[in-house]
Amino acid sequence: MTELDVRRARPDQLIQGATGPWEVIIGMEIHAQVASKAKLFSGASAAYGGEPNAHVSLVDAAMPGMLPVINRFCVEQAVRTGLGLNATINLWSRFDRKNYFYPDLPQGYQISQYKDPVVGEGQIEVDLEDGSTFTVRIERIHLEQDAGKSIHDLSPSDTYVDLNRAGVALMEIVSRPDIRSPREAGAFLGKLRQIVRALGTCDGNMDEGSLRADVNVSVRRPGEAFGTRCEIKNVNSMRFVTMAAEYEARRQIDLIEGGGTVRQETRLFDAGTGETRALRSKEDAPDYRYFPDPDLLPLVLEPQWVESIRATLPELPDQKRRRYEEAFGLSAYDARVLSSDVARAAYFEAAAQGRDPKLTANWVTQDLSGYLNKAGLDITQSPVRADQLGGLVGLIADGTISGKIAKDVFARMIETGEDAAVIVEREGLRQVTDTGAIEKVIDDLMAANPDKVAEVREKPKMFGWWVGQVMKASGGKANPAAVNDLLRARLGVEG
Amino acid sequence: MSSALRARGGWANPALFRGLGNASVSIDAATVRKVAHLARLAIPEERVEALTGELNGILGWIEQLQEVDVTGIEPMASAVATALPMREDVVTDGAMPHKVLANAPRAEDGFFVVPKVVE
Repeated sequence: MTELDVRRARPDQLIQGATGPWEVIIGMEIHAQVASKAKLFSGASAAYGGEPNAHVSLVDAAMPGMLPVINRFCVEQAVRTGLGLNATINLWSRFDRKNYFYPDLPQGYQISQYKDPVVGEGQIEVDLEDGSTFTVRIERIHLEQDAGKSIHDLSPSDTYVDLNRAGVALMEIVSRPDIRSPREAGAFLGKLRQIVRALGTCDGNMDEGSLRADVNVSVRRPGEAFGTRCEIKNVNSMRFVTMAAEYEARRQIDLIEGGGTVRQETRLFDAGTGETRALRSKEDAPDYRYFPDPDLLPLVLEPQWVESIRATLPELPDQKRRRYEEAFGLSAYDARVLSSDVARAAYFEAAAQGRDPKLTANWVTQDLSGYLNKAGLDITQSPVRADQLGGLVGLIADGTISGKIAKDVFARMIETGEDAAVIVEREGLRQVTDTGAIEKVIDDLMAANPDKVAEVREKPKMFGWWVGQVMKASGGKANPAAVNDLLRARLGVEG
Repeated sequence: MSSALRARGGWANPALFRGLGNASVSIDAATVRKVAHLARLAIPEERVEALTGELNGILGWIEQLQEVDVTGIEPMASAVATALPMREDVVTDGAMPHKVLANAPRAEDGFFVVPKVVE
């Protein structure tokens, strides 16, 4: 038997109740939609949206006599995801029927994998904002069909059913109960999202429901055995996962401290109120009567095929982060921020091509990210292309413009979409490194302000005023280092 | 494929088979009603007793089968010794909502319409 209870919460993760501290225990099941064109067992489109029932084949509609034929690509993506989560690939797995009746499930059963999933145990490292990391073990990943969509608000008396999603391939990724705080739960979902996006096996689009989480929460006093858990279904963002777990842990603690007991039940999270509410208790839990699907043979994978998939795995976020730190000398923070998102990493690497990586990293994580956040844009929608940002960094690195002028150039680049070099030439923003020209500016200023010359020799604090004046007189184009040196010499002051 | 993997578990409903080693234990009328309800089969009350007897007969027969010594024999996963056929990831089907909805008792605006279901 696998040991389930392997982690202790850090003291700062404990939740204070009226009677003492409590530890939160969380395990998660993530449904990740496979980024395939067609469905898991039919040739109908798996695309999001579409006219109602337009992405439906007679297989998906469960017409009599229709038989499922598995999509090889979907199997490959499950294997790829397994390899990306450092998991065992089961060369022999099979599909089972999970039986229940609901209008958006025309077969009367969901084809899933119960006892023999395609991917077995793995584990991932998850990092928190503060730079600390923790390990979450993966119990399994199995392939299964999504259900259709029931729409309850189109009519007061009827439910409308759209089967476009019915039969779309999902990977259910099941964690061990290794998560010890609501914040860790959100971070775990975030890390899984980074990995599946880097692998390309799921688009990770949470708004379209491509990634959704069931969160199992229980509480205990430190040192005690696991308590009774509740499962919060279908939470669809990292923030909501944290909020739902937070609310649920507090609810259970208050319940127990008030003399009650937690009942094992399924709950729903209401994003509007931030609360969870009971959906059904364990006594009402459906009896799914799993059995092997007689329409499908066992899924047998060739070891060479699995190895060929392993050979095409891209660099994953953790590997990227290590490379950024070791090869580029980036700070741990920059390396983490840049490697965490596959699109941001691609932009950074394109911009850093032949440039100073640390300086490029600063521009991507600060000025560019700052602008994009404010504008509500994704990095793929950036008005400044990666090679253009690289060009700007190049101008700073070779001394053509100062870092301060670069900020103005960057703002102009956003407005005009032009290259930095074009803007610098046209607007005459080249840094003045010609000492003669700077000396002339200084001499003029000294002639005009004899009182200030005397003052700065008394009060070294006045030096800043002189630097400011010289920069102002040169339109910000004077090289700051040259200005400092020349001013010191001319005024005869120590810095 | 490893036989260890293949040999994993038979698949019966454990509730039905519990205690069958002991001939005196069998399923009762309540279990029959529950199984029928799960399968959405309407069983008239007067049929329950007869069905209970029939189902116990079937279970008794399976009990006999379980006496056969199958040590070292891989459980059969399928009657045909072929690999699972696979399809490429190409959209070849769908785009026919009218056909999909043709047999629906009620449809509107391209949707199936069913009596209100609220969880």
